[in-house]
Amino acid sequence: MTEHVRYVLALADDVLVASQRLGGWIARAPELEEDVALANIGLDLLGQARSLLTHAGALEGEGRDEDALAYFRDERDFLNVHLVERSHGDFAATMARLLLLSTYLHELWTALLTSTDDTLAAVAAKAVKEVDYHADHARMWVLRLGDGTEESHRRMQAGLEAEWPYAEELFDGSYVDAALLETGVAVDPSTLRERWAGRVVAVVEEATLTVPTSRPAVTGGRRGIHTEEMGYLLAEMQHLARSHPGASW
Amino acid sequence: MTVSTYARARAVAGTVPDPEIPVLTIEDLGILRDVAVDDRGRVHVQITPTYSGCPAMDAIRADVVEALEREGYAAVTVELVLSPAWTTDWMSEEGKRKLEEYGIAPPSPLPAGGPVPLSLSLRCPQCGSPDTRELSRFGSTACKSLWVCNVCREPFDHFKSI
Ligand SMILES: [Zn+2]
Repeated sequence: MTEHVRYVLALADDVLVASQRLGGWIARAPELEEDVALANIGLDLLGQARSLLTHAGALEGEGRDEDALAYFRDERDFLNVHLVERSHGDFAATMARLLLLSTYLHELWTALLTSTDDTLAAVAAKAVKEVDYHADHARMWVLRLGDGTEESHRRMQAGLEAEWPYAEELFDGSYVDAALLETGVAVDPSTLRERWAGRVVAVVEEATLTVPTSRPAVTGGRRGIHTEEMGYLLAEMQHLARSHPGASW
Repeated sequence: MTVSTYARARAVAGTVPDPEIPVLTIEDLGILRDVAVDDRGRVHVQITPTYSGCPAMDAIRADVVEALEREGYAAVTVELVLSPAWTTDWMSEEGKRKLEEYGIAPPSPLPAGGPVPLSLSLRCPQCGSPDTRELSRFGSTACKSLWVCNVCREPFDHFKSI
């Protein structure tokens, strides 16, 4: 597998796994409108993932389509960050995660608008508008909970503390091949960190919350090393396709 | 091939309704991007999604093939293209009028180059009052948000500007 394929897969897996997690909130969110909101956000991310997986399969040239890549790869072949695979926890933790992730995705897609990989640039042009809306949705919840009651403030702070250590993996560019950066296919995610931090910290402070000072978590998603929770997530996502290969409905 | 062959194929493809907002055709929505007919009569159609995850695209793809085959075109292929990214500015004026008639507040024009503005006010598609408010930024589909009119109290969908 070329470094180009691996890069596109890593981008795809972040949004695919995030989408699968968000889908788990349907019928469990605090209000009906939020069920709909999280489902729609998940659907946008799934759409981005489908385009990216299809592209990765085409680049690879071995006949794997989006379904083959989503349903028939094993855990060690998934290259997503740990942030997106973490189980729900409190609703406030999900909102903290959505804020961290969608703010990052907004910076990522903005940078990839000028990728020399035309398909990546095209996906970015659609996705950038979508994730901006997602980030704004997360921001409104973080403000509402952080600057709400004593209890909502406490839980929003706890959610932020829980997710914060996992944000750092998003900006670790060591998995991106130098040649892809030179040819302008990829972006070095570490260059996105400053603008990301500016936007996230502004929301945290506006919400009267405290920016966590915790150390980054030990991760390894870009090398296919995942948490225990990932196995359960994949089992749920893949079992139908694996039990009934070729099924359609 | 003549121009009229192309025009006819385009017209046929353009009549396919959106599965989620059936008063609009894919031509009204601006998601029918191109129709090409080669000299052997094969038709190649390009469509573009409104949102990356729009679940209606598979249905639209099948409906386009069916509509053209019903009109006698034998080899129809439909391609999904992403670039340039669709914007609500591609919706026709006719489409916006039909949307409002259907009870969905149409998207506002996007400002040149700038970010999407805060919607100051939307006109209620039921009674026409500008006294409305947003209930939820996500509606029944990715492309819509949910609003309510403070005067007639009717809830309504708004096709978001992107
Ligand atoms: Zn009204």
